[in-house]
Amino acid sequence: MNTEIISPPVERGPETGTVALIVNGQARELRIEPRVSLLDALREHLGLPGSKKGCDQGTCGACTVWVDGRRVLACLTLAVTCEDREVTTIEGLSAGGELHPMQAAFITHDAFQCGYCTPGQIMSAVALLDEGVTDDRQIAEWMSGNICRCAAYPNIRAAIRDVRDAAGGE
Amino acid sequence: MRPLSYARATDVDGAIAAVARRDDGAFLAGGTTEVDLVRQNVLRPGLLVDINDLPLNLVEDLPGGGLRIGALARMSDVARVPGVVARFPVISQALLLGASAQLRNMASMGGNLCQRVRCSYFRDAASPCNKRDPGSGCAALGGFNRGHAILGTSDKCIATHPSDVAVALVALDAVVHTRGPGGEMAIGIDDFFLLPGDTPEREHPMEHAELITAIEVPGAPVARRSVYLKFRDRESYEFALVSVAAAVRIQDGTVAEVRLALGGVATKPWRARRAETALLGRPASAASFALAARQELAAAMPRPMNAFKVELTQRAMVRALSTLTDGEA
Repeated sequence: MNTEIISPPVERGPETGTVALIVNGQARELRIEPRVSLLDALREHLGLPGSKKGCDQGTCGACTVWVDGRRVLACLTLAVTCEDREVTTIEGLSAGGELHPMQAAFITHDAFQCGYCTPGQIMSAVALLDEGVTDDRQIAEWMSGNICRCAAYPNIRAAIRDVRDAAGGE
Repeated sequence: MRPLSYARATDVDGAIAAVARRDDGAFLAGGTTEVDLVRQNVLRPGLLVDINDLPLNLVEDLPGGGLRIGALARMSDVARVPGVVARFPVISQALLLGASAQLRNMASMGGNLCQRVRCSYFRDAASPCNKRDPGSGCAALGGFNRGHAILGTSDKCIATHPSDVAVALVALDAVVHTRGPGGEMAIGIDDFFLLPGDTPEREHPMEHAELITAIEVPGAPVARRSVYLKFRDRESYEFALVSVAAAVRIQDGTVAEVRLALGGVATKPWRARRAETALLGRPASAASFALAARQELAAAMPRPMNAFKVELTQRAMVRALSTLTDGEA
């Protein structure tokens, strides 16, 4: 390759710098190092502790958020990589103080005990219906990235089925 | 996590140049393995070059029925491409049986091929491990190795390759396209994955700052009837104890064409060539399948904890082939 016309991208860090994020529709600026995960940025720097830190190694799903509308794990995402992308957390799911139908269904079906995994479960559950997952067996498979230590799985699935059926799914 | 610098690349050559100029530079794609291993001090990059904005995410049809899969196409997206589902069901199935929905949304196809082993001694950043710290020894040899390899092992390393989709790609003779400081390369996927031998730290032939740009899958009508079968300790969201990628064409009751590869049992995605050779021209029967499977596993080097894989692998091979040929035998 012709090395004369190549311009490598600008390096940032390792020191603290300004990172601009769009979280739940709001532009936010924070001062962090490049090594800071999206999860820590949300919880420790932006006052959004809804996304939970369970394993911090991409295993449990408690930190599930959406980036550009796709469910991902915030613990395995560096915050700086989310510049110019839309981040949505559990705090941004409901509008105008009204619960999202999935949140309401989780309450109706008692789809939790301790509640620690619940924000991640709900962010996955809403995404899963958007992904077109409809039959009951598929729901279990496509929710397998969200671990519930209290084993509320049957009630979680019941809540998801309710929202699916209310939306006119199978 | 140790401090590190970051750069977001906007073009392929800029990304390569950024990684090339620092010995501790590394590409960052989906990050599902890399961020985890950096946090655990197994990987220690000083600079991560974010390649997620590079225009390498298309999945295109090739003349002759093949596919060109951009290195940054995400597992979840590739799995639902109509041409993949119709012409290469084994690829789609392997993708959807791997990881979780969130991880599949993040993980890129190129990154999937480069993912590191799940051996707990590699990942603990403390035990002797010839892959992480060449010459330090292999803690798995005398350790807890129930999940480790029985094929392609050496006395330096017995870790299994963890990818599912790579098993399907090996069965289909995919070609890995790379670009780096030295130019472009096209590497047959079976040569892309290296056996551990005496150098388990070397997992693929790419040099520093060399980047996978695409994976090409040649047209293969046989793959229209293909399957990925995966056995694991949990029903979902778990690595394979044994997996089989299989495609077969039966003509007049005998095996006219067959592709077989194994996951979860070998140090690289394992093309089962002995079994393929044994099957060609043989009746499509459970007895032929079992005989071929036995021949493939003749070279297995099991250990007391993972000896069960020898039998399990053979049964999985027979099951996969029987599933595909049901009603034709």
